Amino acid sequence: MTTSPRLDPDRLAALPPLPRDDDGPVFEEPWQAQAFALAVKLSEQGHFSWKTWAQALAEELAAAAARGEPDDGSRYYHHWVAALERLVTDRGLSDGSALEIRKEAWADAYRHTPHGQPVELRESGPSST
Amino acid sequence: MSDNEHGRGRGQHHTRDGHDAHHEDGHGHDRSPGHTHDHHHDGHHHHDHDHQAVPADIALRVKALESVLVEKGMVAPAELDEIVDRYENRIGPRNGARVVARAWVDPEYRERLLADGTAAIAELDYLGRQGEHMKVVENTDRVHNVIVCTLCSCYPWPTLGLPPSWYKSSAYRARTVIEPREVLREFGMDVPNEVEVRVWDSTAEIRYLVLPERPPGTEDLTEDELADLVTRDSMIGVARVAAPSSAEGSP
Repeated sequence: MTTSPRLDPDRLAALPPLPRDDDGPVFEEPWQAQAFALAVKLSEQGHFSWKTWAQALAEELAAAAARGEPDDGSRYYHHWVAALERLVTDRGLSDGSALEIRKEAWADAYRHTPHGQPVELRESGPSST
Repeated sequence: MSDNEHGRGRGQHHTRDGHDAHHEDGHGHDRSPGHTHDHHHDGHHHHDHDHQAVPADIALRVKALESVLVEKGMVAPAELDEIVDRYENRIGPRNGARVVARAWVDPEYRERLLADGTAAIAELDYLGRQGEHMKVVENTDRVHNVIVCTLCSCYPWPTLGLPPSWYKSSAYRARTVIEPREVLREFGMDVPNEVEVRVWDSTAEIRYLVLPERPPGTEDLTEDELADLVTRDSMIGVARVAAPSSAEGSP
């Protein structure tokens, strides 16, 4: 007879099930596509090697696992963005406070733009040199 | 600068003027937790009673990154759009399928492919942009190959596009090296015990592509018809290529 190793309770406890998906969209939301393209472009321009990128991403994934976050791939691009922010600040392309200020400026722009209008930053906020 | 995110990530929607912005939000002001009602209406836009929903924090972080880097001239929005378009619309598993079909019909190409994957794949104009090397591993009746990236999500982008979410999951990354046969079984694939399973751990520098076995009964098919049989999963190594259904070739 065939015994199914899947029924082994020890391993069921130890190893999570595989998530599955069909072909689906490449990116689930626009910000994922933007973050993806930013990392590719900055690497192509030599701001960091792809090996450096892969290491930074792997560190974010490992840190998430160490925090006990379930990792079924659904938060993958969250970790991608965290790696991107870290490399951008590590390489001096921007800094954390400039990014935070800019983020708030965007939130503010959304709140004050009428529905149906393109959202624009009214001015480029405090300079982020 | 204008909000240009909304064209991305949605297949064919690539407008940049922000005016199709609401295919994402829909009429989401009713359900978006980020929306606030605590501000004045200026009365100039009577077609709707609302201002825009504030995107999720993660989306704002990305907008901040992009706008700061654009402002410094480090990236151009058109270049970013081009990258997204490349991966949404031009690069995907069909590329790899053409490589596989060529290898099936052209023994000399197959030899070149197995000897130097990077060069042979470049013959079909599928080029890696991260400077990675491609190694093609061939399935036979003695060996079954499966690819993984245990540390992150390295994947043969030029031939397969971007990876499916399960490939990026910790479960797949961890379990494929620990118990590959069980993982394959969960994908619906029983590998006989006499067949060796080889697991290839991708890195930033070297990516793998599985050359699956050509299914029986396909001797009369053209290269294009063969390419249509080749699936993404078969080139990752978690599936076999199925022979065409006997019912006159309908999918």
